[in-house]
Amino acid sequence: MDEFLHQVLSGIASGGIYASVALALVMIFQATHHVNFAQGEMAMFSTYIALALIQAGVPYWGAFAITVTASMVIGAVIQRVLLTPMAGSPVLASVGVFIGLLLIFNSVAGWLFGYTLKQFPSPFEGPPVLGGFVTRHDLGSTAVTLVVLAGVYVFFRFTNLGLAMRAAAYNPVSSRLMGIRVGFMLSLGWGLAAGIGAVAGMMIAPVVFLDPNMMSGVLLYAFAGALLGGIANPLGAVFGGFAIGIIENLAGAYIVGSELKLTLALVIIVVVLTVRPAGLFGRVVVSRV
Amino acid sequence: MLEMLLNPAPILDVAGLHAGYGEVQVLHGIDFTVGLAGITALLGANGAGKTTTLRALSGMVRTSGSITLDGERIDGLATEDIARRGVAHVPDGRGTLMELTVEENLRLGAYTRSRSELAPDMARVFGHFPRLKQRLRQQAGTLSGGEQQMLAIGRALLLRPKLLLLDEPSFGLAPLIVREIFEIMRRVNEDDRVSILLVEQNASLALDVADRAFLLETGRIVTAGPAAELRQDESIRRSYLGY
Repeated sequence: MDEFLHQVLSGIASGGIYASVALALVMIFQATHHVNFAQGEMAMFSTYIALALIQAGVPYWGAFAITVTASMVIGAVIQRVLLTPMAGSPVLASVGVFIGLLLIFNSVAGWLFGYTLKQFPSPFEGPPVLGGFVTRHDLGSTAVTLVVLAGVYVFFRFTNLGLAMRAAAYNPVSSRLMGIRVGFMLSLGWGLAAGIGAVAGMMIAPVVFLDPNMMSGVLLYAFAGALLGGIANPLGAVFGGFAIGIIENLAGAYIVGSELKLTLALVIIVVVLTVRPAGLFGRVVVSRV
Repeated sequence: MLEMLLNPAPILDVAGLHAGYGEVQVLHGIDFTVGLAGITALLGANGAGKTTTLRALSGMVRTSGSITLDGERIDGLATEDIARRGVAHVPDGRGTLMELTVEENLRLGAYTRSRSELAPDMARVFGHFPRLKQRLRQQAGTLSGGEQQMLAIGRALLLRPKLLLLDEPSFGLAPLIVREIFEIMRRVNEDDRVSILLVEQNASLALDVADRAFLLETGRIVTAGPAAELRQDESIRRSYLGY
């Protein structure tokens, strides 16, 4: 029983990371109907930036803040420079750009920082808590994830800028007629997604160690989570991310073993796409004409 | 001098406007004006270029020629910048953000304006459309067609426009609702002094509220003048009013 509880709790911790990346995927998907395959590699690259800053003597939370800001700028610039000219082009062209970005970030990270595993510090050091069940890092990273998710929720739900971003995603033509700068909203969306990804990268790196391929598995789990919850529904994607984290941990411990965990994510993706493509919480928008 | 007092500078002055989609030219050089605080009706059959004219004014299609709003050229500007200069456009299909609530739709209408002005302007919109107030938290996609049209006009008014462009506000609505909406349109024009350019297929309805009108046929203006005069025009009566 203790073992089970331990698996669930650490599933929640990694689920939080998947939920963050899933949310980043959904944000870009909602605005463009494309899945940014490079989301994970961008997060990995951000984590290297954080490591470089920490090694240069910047205190952890300072490095954290700089990394998130820098990642947002990089994300927005990528949207502006690479994707704005792609507007209206076929889906495959955008997919090509995303895969290109994935390869570029992966190779540049390897070239700049090397391919060896690197230890990444956690700001949450100390003995396990809650009766020894949960490491401090798991607890801390879950808290950070929840703060990020709550912040994103408040931003979209209660601010005019967040509302305008949602409007620009739903109906760009109508949004322009109301004076909303849709292009800027897209850049902002990419910036936010990159920022969220950066946080996820910094939170997962102390657990899995940092290397250029660190996020490839995470991206797959996050994608499975986003699909499970509903790729068009941010709250669903967050739920899906947590659910995948728990499923992954339990299945890894009791059913398929740790070698086949990733396969499980692929199985979930295939099952969701065939059985319920809209996801568990895929909302059908009612509209009368 | 008297002439100038009676005819103040128009809010919108369009000269030699060409517009089209890709290779297809839809408008072949049209000239017209919309009087300050007036209602101008743009009439014509399907495919005459009415909607394209409105799209051209909002910078949604490629154009040439000059479009002057309140003394400032707006042709060639991006759609969002034209909106920011005070052109509110209720497009065909109403442009409702179906996924959002009625309240969110209205808040977006006032997106370019400062927050402090929102409350009094909302109150004024509810004065025109009391039904919207009852439906604030409802998802906009679940509104009836008439309510969506009211929402679209309310949203446009929250921009505090100098010029309101309405694309077939009667489309697909029951006659009773249409009458209500046109009545409100007249009130908005009189009370808030909003200048309106109205595109309508229902010529009789449009000539009732408009003070000026012009008739578009295959991308060219064939008749223009005071609404009362067009009402008497033999050919318009036969082709567009049907009696």
